[in-house]
Amino acid sequence: MSLLNASGCLDALAAPEVTAELDAYVTKTVTPLPREGNDAPRIAETDSGMLNSIGLQNPGRDAFVADVLPRLAHLRLWVSVGGFTAAEYADTCAVLDARAEVEQLELNLSCPNVDEAADSAAEIVAACRAATSKPLWAKLSPALPDLPEVARAVQAAGADGLSLVNTLRGLALDERTLRPRLGRGVGGYSGPALKPVALAAVFAAYGATGMPIVGMGRVWSGSDALELIAAGATHVALGTVLFSDPGAPARIRAELAAETAALGLSDPAEVHGRAHADPLSIRTTLDRTSRVERAKSLEI
Amino acid sequence: MRKRERLSVVAVEAVGPYVLLRVERGRLDPGVPGQFFMLEAPGRVLPRPMSLCLAPPAELAFLFDPVGPGTRALAEVEPGDALHVFGPLGNGFSLDVARPLLVGGGIGVAPLPYLSAALGEPRALLGFRTEWHAEAAALVPNAEVVIDPVLVTEALEPGRDVLACGPEPMLEAVGDLCPGAQLAWEAPMACGYGGCYGCVVDVDGRRARLCVEGPVLVAA
Repeated sequence: MSLLNASGCLDALAAPEVTAELDAYVTKTVTPLPREGNDAPRIAETDSGMLNSIGLQNPGRDAFVADVLPRLAHLRLWVSVGGFTAAEYADTCAVLDARAEVEQLELNLSCPNVDEAADSAAEIVAACRAATSKPLWAKLSPALPDLPEVARAVQAAGADGLSLVNTLRGLALDERTLRPRLGRGVGGYSGPALKPVALAAVFAAYGATGMPIVGMGRVWSGSDALELIAAGATHVALGTVLFSDPGAPARIRAELAAETAALGLSDPAEVHGRAHADPLSIRTTLDRTSRVERAKSLEI
Repeated sequence: MRKRERLSVVAVEAVGPYVLLRVERGRLDPGVPGQFFMLEAPGRVLPRPMSLCLAPPAELAFLFDPVGPGTRALAEVEPGDALHVFGPLGNGFSLDVARPLLVGGGIGVAPLPYLSAALGEPRALLGFRTEWHAEAAALVPNAEVVIDPVLVTEALEPGRDVLACGPEPMLEAVGDLCPGAQLAWEAPMACGYGGCYGCVVDVDGRRARLCVEGPVLVAA
């Protein structure tokens, strides 16, 4: 079980002391061309979470590789890859495939703050699979109408794992003007309200595929992390909590160890999949067809 | 060096419509005037950025206007309560100025008392909406006060090194009149330490994070 940050929630160069407490660092999403991002305001707190509308601000692939990547070489590095066509994603994967600093690639297939890619998640994964031998993680939206189906499709296309979940699209209005509080109008909703959504997504995707999963969505404590692992996550990522508590990585790691010990276990991985009635069968004994049937039986 | 600690509330005092929140300093460094801290807002998801107003011995004090859910929650804390405070963050004012003039508008007066102390209590020019709001001027020595509809820009004198904090239109007007002025800006932000990219402002034609490159920026 590794503890990561959620992409876009931490800058390793601005906060090396926070990054040092994680097992691996996930970059902000890199797109082929530079993006200045969305207009301000970009942040709006709501009663049970927050909205962000950053819009994938980043220096672009070439500047990232030339200027940023060398400064991240000391980290176990996951690079989040974005684009608007399968070819764009694949081109970036090909460039990063040649870079020894990069350990894993996360495909951001679900940013709620930009227009969606025209190609399907599976088409993008297949194109990237052909472009790199590095592990590929598909980051999916919890708002997909049939998440298990998409999870199976990206698995078949060659993804090694899933990252669940991205933010949900949300809107907040100014109570006086009744106009959107964010410059772009809508934003990505994260924070406390996301926990049951994340648990359900991880539960369904793990049930459908048995794939390795980075679970994220309101991990505020060690017990939040343990629940995601029980639902099927193999790794856990911290997002919004890093904004309110830069000490969260060390704190949550300690709490997770204590929660694990309280269960009489030595490793949180021992609860992996426990939320499922018969967790081992998902990974090892079911063939693909019966996995699909099993996933259907797990859907509420 | 920035740190995050849970600090006890010493006092919550009214200053006109504003609130002066005094907490124990703990091991936190008060930083340079114009730097800011992220204060836990009880019951809210995100902390709130506040520049340091005063640094009495063993304390940190923050002045704010309780107008939103976060600042209202902070206004309701009581002595003995504890709050997480993270900082100091960002870049403060340069104190290397020959003829300083402090300029504040509204709650933008917040960082000026600490700045005034660091600069040997230079002249200050403060603008407020009402006499009630202007009670905050008592926190700044040697302050001249103007009340709406009179604007601070009407009382600015040339040839001074201006250090200003206030609403955006005031800062833009001061920057236009006084190239080289040091302006302390504000923007909604989630983290305060460069992670969220929420607080970007245009600097020299690019979008810069105010928490990393500001909040004090030099007017072009």
